[in-house]
Amino acid sequence: MKKTAKILALVLALCMVIACFAACNNATEDPTNASDDAATDVVTDEATEGSSEDASEDATAADVALDYSDIKVGFIFLHAPTDSTYDKNFMNAVEEVQANLGLSDDQVIVMSNIPESSECYEAAMDLVDEGCNIIFGDSFGHEPYLMQAAQECPDVQFCHATGDDANTANIANYHNAFASIYEGRYVAGIVAGMKINEMIADGKITADQAKMGYVGAFPYAEVISGYTSFYLGAKSVCPTVTMDVKYTNSWFDIDAERTQAIALIESGCVLISQHADSEGAPKACEEYKVPNVAYNVNTSDMGPTTALISSKINWAPYMTYMINCVASGEEIVADWCGGFAEGSVELTELNTDVAAEGTQEAIDAAVKAFKEGTLHVYDTATFTVNGETLTSYMADVVPDANYEGDTEVIVDGHFAESEFRSAPYFNIIIDGITAVTE
Amino acid sequence: MSHVAPHSEPLVRLSKRDVMPAWQGILVRIIGVLLGVALSSLFIVLVTDLNPAEVFTSLFDGCFGSPRRIWNLFQNTAILLCIALAVTPAYKMKFWNIGAEGQVLMGAAATAACMIYFGNGINQWLLIPIMVISSLFAGMVWGMIPAFFKAHFNTNETLFTLMMNYVATQIVAFLITYWENPKGSNSVGVINASTKAGWLPYLFDKQYLINIIIVVALTAVMYVYLKYSKHGYEISVVGESENTARYIGINVKKVILRTMALSGALCGLAGLLLVSGTTHTISTNTAGGRGFTAILVSWLAKFNPAVMMLTSFLIVFFERGAAQIATNFRMNESLADIITGIILFFIIGSEFFLNYKLNFRHKHKEEA
Repeated sequence: MKKTAKILALVLALCMVIACFAACNNATEDPTNASDDAATDVVTDEATEGSSEDASEDATAADVALDYSDIKVGFIFLHAPTDSTYDKNFMNAVEEVQANLGLSDDQVIVMSNIPESSECYEAAMDLVDEGCNIIFGDSFGHEPYLMQAAQECPDVQFCHATGDDANTANIANYHNAFASIYEGRYVAGIVAGMKINEMIADGKITADQAKMGYVGAFPYAEVISGYTSFYLGAKSVCPTVTMDVKYTNSWFDIDAERTQAIALIESGCVLISQHADSEGAPKACEEYKVPNVAYNVNTSDMGPTTALISSKINWAPYMTYMINCVASGEEIVADWCGGFAEGSVELTELNTDVAAEGTQEAIDAAVKAFKEGTLHVYDTATFTVNGETLTSYMADVVPDANYEGDTEVIVDGHFAESEFRSAPYFNIIIDGITAVTE
Repeated sequence: MSHVAPHSEPLVRLSKRDVMPAWQGILVRIIGVLLGVALSSLFIVLVTDLNPAEVFTSLFDGCFGSPRRIWNLFQNTAILLCIALAVTPAYKMKFWNIGAEGQVLMGAAATAACMIYFGNGINQWLLIPIMVISSLFAGMVWGMIPAFFKAHFNTNETLFTLMMNYVATQIVAFLITYWENPKGSNSVGVINASTKAGWLPYLFDKQYLINIIIVVALTAVMYVYLKYSKHGYEISVVGESENTARYIGINVKKVILRTMALSGALCGLAGLLLVSGTTHTISTNTAGGRGFTAILVSWLAKFNPAVMMLTSFLIVFFERGAAQIATNFRMNESLADIITGIILFFIIGSEFFLNYKLNFRHKHKEEA
């Protein structure tokens, strides 16, 4: 008994000694490493700062160079950018903006894995404690908690992606932002329609077999607006096309997206698109050799022979805008919506191996028309609801408990999406689309 | 080879250790933590190129960096401790209740239902007692269903309680689509944001103080209940041996049902503290895995409520600190999870060395 106790003590002591040595080694190695790192850091920092300043001076020579030294931005992400492509899209924008404006790592704090609960409020307040003067939340459900924090901290600007309350909440330092992504989806729809036309021309399908499938998230305005614009884009080049929609009832669920995509393919859909940005649907399409239009990420590596194109929201223009507003002392608008012109809506590179001939030209023409404002996605002349043309529609723009329509959104012959508020409110199932709610 | 070789004894053999003096036990544990810290430092250096000192500073910064972080630390400790206290009587009785997650969710759902349906009609002083009763009741029912089947049909309580978690999660998921606000968002939003009806009061303007006080009081009560009450004694006896319990005239079925009712009800209370005292909303993640972590807290403390204060603090300390490490170094939680894992491994490892000793093979064999 005593002997084993001694042995145990000896083993433990030995472990300690080894651990100490390890620690000592670290200690002796570290200073040099650290100083090396620090030195290179400074150099690269200076380099990027220098170049970005040059760039901004070149770009806006007339503007007074803004001073960003007092800026400190806090970002609240729903998941970790390494785990979720949704948050990754925001993180890419953060890194781009940070490099462009020459902000140091101390000026940009990113908090990941913040759930849509009072944890979000706590995270926002923690960022305020850290001295942030702009706080940005990336998920719809963060909204009430950011508003709560905004009311308590009137000197800090709170910006929220995809929310819909800022217009009516009357909180001066609380702002919403979105992008007119339906325009991007419309252009992606044109790409899909041309692909289907090619299939018809090649005799692979007949014109009345032209059915697309769409894997939606929830039966929610953002999703309905998205797939309707995609459908209308396809219909603008392929008049006989129809579309089936199936929901996963989750914003991100790789398995469910895969299952629904396969179910759609097996029910005769010849092309698939999806609301979410997981790999579920693109990979299923590659297995079944069915063309796919994706969202937010370039999927051509997942589906080299099936991926066509993706529409994408780029958050960098808005982030730059909000930081510039604070740096120059201007007000941030309550509700911001960026499109092709602002650079908020983008398309990933067209996969020319899969796309039909002449697609790139059609894309360029549509994007040009959107930038000039001559093209409207929801032109009432291009679709019907229950067989009739839409002449009047009261949309639920102002949030209320009963989801009552409050604003006439048919303006000059088109449904004015995102004009009364940045978050989408188009929630009509139009003819040609069959939405299966389970 | 008919004769047995005298040296067939293995190189190392385990045997149960006699009880160590308390100071030795503490020393072994401290050494365990230090070894864990050393190994994770080594890991940080080898894998990430970060300075371990900075990483550990962030760990402390995330927990104690500001008054808000300290409040959050104690709030999270209180909730975890509450659930750990809830599962303890069942575990002491050797009833493997891994259904705390579901019991907490049911308590949370009952609380949210009261807030939503009675929030506007009833006086606040009446509403809160109603919420307390319904949350305790909901948790209790969810705990007693598996206990009933265990007591009467000797079903496997581990599987039963585990499956009850999934049922509870699905019920909450259904309720969320039923209560969702705004429609289609799949979230309930802040319940009674304007009226604050059914929110636990903020003592001295501090939101979490009331949760902490309730859980500290509960710890004291549970300590006395397990150690000095007749019920506590019966629980220990049933846990040691059901036959002994029967022999000395304890009604085993009754004890199982009563203890699981208590366990479930306290889980329901944790649900109340989460919804009414903390988040003011409900989601399927409201319990957030704490129902499982609480088991670890309870076991590490050897079912002693006083020690559980320490073990729950330790777990939450690493959890919150880990989140700060992720933020400061722009990593996902994995690095922090690995560090926490290594240190927990050493803590659990030192428990092993406290209970068992290694006997090495003796070389000298003079008797032969």
